[in-house]
Amino acid sequence: MEKRVQFRSSWLPWVLIAPQMAVICVFFFWPAAQAILQSLQEQDAFGSSTEWVGLDNFQRLFSDATYLESFKTTALFSVLVAGLGIVLSLLLAVFADRVVRGVTFYRTLLILPYAVAPAVAGVLWVFMFSPALGVVAYALGKFGYDWNHLLNGGQAMALIVLAAVWKQISYNFLFFVAALQSIPKSLIEAAAIDGAGPWRRFWGIQLPLISPTTFFLLVMNVVYAFFETFGIVDAATNGGPGKDTSILVYRVYYDGFKAMDLGGSAAQSAVLMLIVIVLTVVQFRYVEKKVNY
Amino acid sequence: MKFKTLALAAAAGVLLAANAQAQTEIQWWHSMTAVNGEWVNDLAKQFNESQKSYKIVPTFKGSYDESMTAAVAAFRAGNAPDILQVFEVGTATMMASKKAVVPVSKVMTDAGYKFDSKAYISAVAGYYTAPSGEMLSFPFNSSTTIFYFNKDAFKAAGLPTDKAPSTWPEVVAAAAKLKASGHKCPFTTAWQGWTQLESFSSWHNVEFATRGNGLQGMDARLKVDSPLHLRHIENLANMAKQGLFVYKGRGNVPEASFVSGECAMINTSSGFYGNVAKNAKFAYGLAPLPYYPDVQGAPQNTVIGGASLWVMSGKKPEQYKGIASFFDFISKPEVQAASHQRTGYLPVTMAAYKLTEDSGFYAKNPGTDVAVTQMIRKVTDKSRGIRLGNYVQIRTIEDEELEQVWGGKKTPKEALDSIVKRGNEQLERFQKANKG
Repeated sequence: MEKRVQFRSSWLPWVLIAPQMAVICVFFFWPAAQAILQSLQEQDAFGSSTEWVGLDNFQRLFSDATYLESFKTTALFSVLVAGLGIVLSLLLAVFADRVVRGVTFYRTLLILPYAVAPAVAGVLWVFMFSPALGVVAYALGKFGYDWNHLLNGGQAMALIVLAAVWKQISYNFLFFVAALQSIPKSLIEAAAIDGAGPWRRFWGIQLPLISPTTFFLLVMNVVYAFFETFGIVDAATNGGPGKDTSILVYRVYYDGFKAMDLGGSAAQSAVLMLIVIVLTVVQFRYVEKKVNY
Repeated sequence: MKFKTLALAAAAGVLLAANAQAQTEIQWWHSMTAVNGEWVNDLAKQFNESQKSYKIVPTFKGSYDESMTAAVAAFRAGNAPDILQVFEVGTATMMASKKAVVPVSKVMTDAGYKFDSKAYISAVAGYYTAPSGEMLSFPFNSSTTIFYFNKDAFKAAGLPTDKAPSTWPEVVAAAAKLKASGHKCPFTTAWQGWTQLESFSSWHNVEFATRGNGLQGMDARLKVDSPLHLRHIENLANMAKQGLFVYKGRGNVPEASFVSGECAMINTSSGFYGNVAKNAKFAYGLAPLPYYPDVQGAPQNTVIGGASLWVMSGKKPEQYKGIASFFDFISKPEVQAASHQRTGYLPVTMAAYKLTEDSGFYAKNPGTDVAVTQMIRKVTDKSRGIRLGNYVQIRTIEDEELEQVWGGKKTPKEALDSIVKRGNEQLERFQKANKG
């Protein structure tokens, strides 16, 4: 006798997943198909003439040295954003987990940046770091450090990483706090009685137990760095100086929405989509092995 | 009693609705912010109050490139506005989109208005005219590049305040004096590609691109790797190294540093005047762009910038009538003259210029005629204007390459060569896409 509940109906499961499938089709597969279709076409701005150009758009992309350059920029950017974002928010979550009084207050403050739109986050940080008016730039100047992200590519990169990480920290923090809370208190207490200090408890118990969450956040943060950060780049640096902060997704945005080169922009989104799919598969195949559920 | 009032109110409501129905609404998408945004709203209001059949509804749709993208999306969805303000950079794209727009001269003549393109300042009309001689869009806020300086800062540095430096060597000398007097940002420039490469070219009567800077055909190619361009960018790079020129960002972002008093000299649009007049807390002066005195033919005239109004296709006949009557209204010399005096944009027609001159405005506000006198000279094939395909991308390429010069990462020669190479790729693509 089978212990699990089984549905014998042949149609009920389909009906039950239909709403979800509809959502995925309308909001993911359909736009994705559109993008791929468009990447094979060349259109004028108003879409009055459409011409099939095959793989021309892709060919042009890969013969463009600045496009290949922006792969490196994107790799650096996403490693920094995902890495810093996860480490910092884990640190904050571990501290917040130990706070006894005013927990809600601290947590609310830490979650607040999540409500800020990316473009607004970009502008906020630009204000603080503006070479002429910014508070932070002024303070750095007092210490003899010359801040000018308009001309210094490294500083420009630091600025967008900072803004992107700041914006994502709340999201990561929420998940980490929830994960830490779900660890049975008895485990920690037992370890404490056995003489394990906070550091040992963190490495030996908490970190392994929240590894599913960490893994989930790794995937989410990489996706975030790849897809959702163009608003920050647009508001903070416009991809400059030169092309030093022109990450792949910003180029998609620029070519599609500013330069109105829909074919080229669609080809880039197809490439970007492929990269993220490959990255996610790699993460699930190799990184997930280290996760204990 | 109560019932009566209610009935009356209802009747009034019906009447109002009927009245609103009879009025044809005309959607106008624009990109004017702050003082210029108020100006646009005032124009619409004046027109709406002047007659009863049409109602112009101006809507701010973001920056120039944002509103153009919004209009493209709206057009594809069948909801395009009736009138769209497009910056000069988008002109070639609009001209190539023949199915999306209706030529302004056709709109005007169809509605029974006389439309004389000769009434316009030739550099302005020439720019928005197709090779066939048909005027395609309505010149609205035309601007050009001029030079602004902070008289208080000049005084503090011991420089004469009645005369701006008129040549580049004089600018360098003035910047050095400003720096010596403790000024942190002697000179900056907004729209670096437009002011330091494009306008610079026509001001010195050298080509920016072949084929009459693109006005004669889509097979134009960039020419900014000439010795004169190189000399100028090297000069600016040296100024940047010595702290005489401070880079303040792309587009119009650097303008804020002039209004705040941080930068003492700036090259930017004449349309910046309204902002300066309202917000600058110091004495300021307007002057023509500096030039190199040893270059033959300099100064010639500067190129047109700003934006024009395009009429979108697929609207009802009465809407076109309304658009024509609105254009006729804002072409009136007195309306034009008032707009010019308020914003610093060019008067567009000679009549408006004369009217402003006769009113004594230029005498009272010295320097406000700089943009006009810079433009109304007889133009040459090298100075008529610049109209290139994929111009948005070319402007960005100019920004990217020049930034690397100011940052010391590329030599001026490398950057200019790269602008030509990358820019020409864009031009070739546009030519191919539009079968030009």
